[in-house]
Amino acid sequence: MIKFNSKKLLISIFVILIFTKPILSAENNDLLKVNWSFKELTGKFDRASLQRGFQVYKEVCSSCHSMQYLSYRNLGEPGGPEFTLEEVKAIAASVEIDDGPDSQGEMFTRPGKPSDKFKSPYPNVEASTAANGGAYPPDMSVLVKARPGGADYMYSVLMGYEDPPAGMKLDDGVYYNKYMIGKKIKMSAPLLEGIVEYADGTEASVDQMAKDVTTFLAWAAEPELEIRHKTGIKVIIYLILLTILVYLSMKKIWSRIDSEI
Amino acid sequence: MSDQEYIPKSKAAKWFNDRLPLLTLGAHLTDYPTPKNLNYWWTFGGILTFCLLTQIITGIVLAMHYVAHADLAFASVEHIMRNVNYGWLIRYIHSNGASMFFLAVYIHIFRSLFYGSYKSPREVIWIIGLLIYLLMMATAFMGYVLPWGQMSFWGATVITSLFSAIPLVGESITTWLWGAYSVDNPTLNRFFSLHYLFPFLILGLVVLHIWALHVPGNNNPIGIDIKKPSKDTVPFHPYITIKDAFALLMFMIIFAGFVFFSPNVLGHSDNYIPANPLVTPAHIVPEWYLLPFYAILRSVPDKLGGVILMFGSIFILFVLPWLDTSKVRSAVFRPIYRNFYWIFIVDVLMLGYMGAMPAEGIYLVLARVGTIYYFLHFIVVLPVVGLLEKTDPVPMSISEPVLSGGANPSLAKKDNDKI
Repeated sequence: MIKFNSKKLLISIFVILIFTKPILSAENNDLLKVNWSFKELTGKFDRASLQRGFQVYKEVCSSCHSMQYLSYRNLGEPGGPEFTLEEVKAIAASVEIDDGPDSQGEMFTRPGKPSDKFKSPYPNVEASTAANGGAYPPDMSVLVKARPGGADYMYSVLMGYEDPPAGMKLDDGVYYNKYMIGKKIKMSAPLLEGIVEYADGTEASVDQMAKDVTTFLAWAAEPELEIRHKTGIKVIIYLILLTILVYLSMKKIWSRIDSEI
Repeated sequence: MSDQEYIPKSKAAKWFNDRLPLLTLGAHLTDYPTPKNLNYWWTFGGILTFCLLTQIITGIVLAMHYVAHADLAFASVEHIMRNVNYGWLIRYIHSNGASMFFLAVYIHIFRSLFYGSYKSPREVIWIIGLLIYLLMMATAFMGYVLPWGQMSFWGATVITSLFSAIPLVGESITTWLWGAYSVDNPTLNRFFSLHYLFPFLILGLVVLHIWALHVPGNNNPIGIDIKKPSKDTVPFHPYITIKDAFALLMFMIIFAGFVFFSPNVLGHSDNYIPANPLVTPAHIVPEWYLLPFYAILRSVPDKLGGVILMFGSIFILFVLPWLDTSKVRSAVFRPIYRNFYWIFIVDVLMLGYMGAMPAEGIYLVLARVGTIYYFLHFIVVLPVVGLLEKTDPVPMSISEPVLSGGANPSLAKKDNDKI
């Protein structure tokens, strides 16, 4: 058969690899790397860490950051924190939801239900921006997917607060964070030793809280991750088996003529 | 075999076939004599058909849940990802499917460039293929705008603003395209409408592409004309169908790898930030498959010049069959062209890389060198090499090299009896 200059093909592939490597790793080189349980092909979320992470979100982050695409019911769904139905109901009921109009045309408030979306801390982006010194605290629903480096980036920023280097002047309400672009951030260090008291008795060190809340945010951004991984393994095994069968059929059919394929 | 009159066996079938010869068409497609030496680079036509149908089917389902409104589009995509049953799967197949589609089409195009499939008598197949490619780029670009993320919005702004470089009427054309004085809700609405329309135009062109292919028949790796049907050909079914199926399955494994295990690696993370007309992203980059053209666009200091060169880089492909002066089709027998072919591939890859980098310093210099070489390849290299090159001897038939290479004559005889 025709020799398709394989040497040059290999060279080209090599060239592509050289070219793509810096693209893929460009911005995450210096981030802190964590061996997340959800990273590998069969990766799953650490259930306990998700539940603790939700607690950190609820008690710390949610006072400024919305999570508008999640519903309380998601907290009890498979592949997530998997709170029991009672726990989900209790979590939802702990917030007051604005609803209405009722049959009289009046707006009213009621306790939340599992089908409600997460209640946002501010009524709109403008209010949220105004209340936070002109910097809008981004919605956290897909934040992990919206930053190069994903979970590692999130964790790095949470761990990246330091005293500014000598000679660096920071305005009021601006903080030094070595993993932010320009090394400046308008959010003060959110996680302080013991700011949360974990229900399961885990020690709430800053590192532990950062890992837990990052895990929770990673799930929030990709709630389908576990089912995606599980389905993917099955699909690929199926495709490989089918490929082998089709390959054997092809060999059989082409054996009728004297051509290589 | 293929062009012989097909007579259906049953009376009912004959009655129908006399009125609409669908069965004759089916028989033609089944028997269609195909060169038996086609290698795996020839399986991408079938793969591309699969890609188009996948995009159409997943796209129709997505359109049932998507809301084309500037205030609701981003949220409706998240609704698909979170609340629609297997919505995440359908959307990831669709978004990664676009990349797989382009991967396949680039292999298909570069196969044609290597084996000279664009040359006489297949110029019309080539030109229809380029029209498909143009529509694909437009469709993909508009599809990328629909989630209404930051890259959607700013990509749309950059690309539509290109038209403002046209002298005199540029500004008016841009406003007309937008349906507003900036990229806004009317722009999103029309992009959605056209994004739904174009795939069906592509489908129509694909029918013409295949029709035009079935007139001269397939080119083949040694690029010679063959008698059809003959011992150099095999019927399309089952020989080519089974081979295409095998290649398609291999392709689907890679496709599934992206969909299930790194569905966002080919996209830009900024597109998970809702569109904000007041905040420009640090780097606006198109999807990977448009990067070489983006590099050409940015390598020219003048806006209009950049736009002309960018469109020129595609339109020059339309006259490629007449720029290439060589009578020999396949690069297998063209030792000089073969080297330039690989240099050209490296040049396009380099342009793609430069398109992803900021247009400054060494990147800009290399992008300019790459752009100049891109055009030199077509305007100088192809005509000159075709005239000066001493090509290797071309075999008379596909079977010849096999026979002279000491193949078993009894097998060859058996083959003769069969076909």
